[in-house]
Amino acid sequence: MSEVLVELAVDFSLLSVFAVGGVITVLPELHRSVVDVHGWMTSAEFARLFALAQASPGPNILVVSLIGWKVAGLAGAAVATAAVCAPSSILTYGVSQIWQRFRDARWRKTVEEGLVPVTVGLMLAGGYLITRAADQNAMGFVITAVTAGAVLGTRIHPLWLLAAGGLIGLAGWV
Amino acid sequence: MSETGPGVVELFMRFTQVGVSGFGGVMPWARRMLVEERRWLSAEEFNDALSLCQVLPGPNIVNMAVCVGTRFRGAVGALAAFMGLMCAPFAIVLVLGALFTHYGELPAISAAFRGISAAAAGLIVAMGLKMAASRRLRSPMAVFAVAAFVGIALMRVPLGVFLLIAAPASVAAAAWRSR
Repeated sequence: MSEVLVELAVDFSLLSVFAVGGVITVLPELHRSVVDVHGWMTSAEFARLFALAQASPGPNILVVSLIGWKVAGLAGAAVATAAVCAPSSILTYGVSQIWQRFRDARWRKTVEEGLVPVTVGLMLAGGYLITRAADQNAMGFVITAVTAGAVLGTRIHPLWLLAAGGLIGLAGWV
Repeated sequence: MSETGPGVVELFMRFTQVGVSGFGGVMPWARRMLVEERRWLSAEEFNDALSLCQVLPGPNIVNMAVCVGTRFRGAVGALAAFMGLMCAPFAIVLVLGALFTHYGELPAISAAFRGISAAAAGLIVAMGLKMAASRRLRSPMAVFAVAAFVGIALMRVPLGVFLLIAAPASVAAAAWRSR
């Protein structure tokens, strides 16, 4: 039990440090750690927890709380959430006090220019992986594609799209 | 600024409100609260803070709470904003998780969740594509986006290893291009 908590703490605080551009960029790594390395759950379970976190209010990061909870109960949820937030928050606390000073510095722009493409690639990798994990038949891929299209092409609220997916599932087509 | 800015309790309360309103993305709600309703930050100050939060590792919205809290009330403010943002949604998601474990084996619920999972995946794909359409990627720098996708999604390289090589290379390339 406590061994699992230590593993959660170590793995997730490392993720925190690498999560440039947010949680979705570390989705593939989260999946690798939780499913492939530790075998804490199947790929499909991972996708379901992710969907649950998406359907719930609050930051996307809560998927990590759910994973911790699934693995080691309430203590697991607390440890996983703290581990994924603490390192980056402490860094932000420190840096936010000096960042103002470098507002117009050229190196700051250069760092941004350099990191953005990597972040975008990681984001797309996250989308690819979670699609592979979530979709078990052709209808699943259709829902994913239509949802992505609707987000890109319309101003519809994402919650309606999740609800529509749920209804199609309920009808037994996925 | 800190004389007129929000106190610790107010930071906690407002960020709680932001946390529980945010379905499918909290940042728009944070902007609304900070810039339009409370006017704690101007639009420019918000953009500056956001770009910092994006460059730093960690969830952007959590970083934003820490930034704003620090700005007005130092470390205690950062903690208050962070706890406000996270506590209520944390409790809600665990209650949903517990319900799901209890009833998730019911065929109807698991069928519905297969559909929701598929749609949730679509939201992520869309976000990736939106970011990929950014102006910054219409340059040879896009090769780093492709490398990240191939390395992480297809070759399954561990993220740490990949970033240790790709991030310095990409920043170096950006520096070389802007000479």
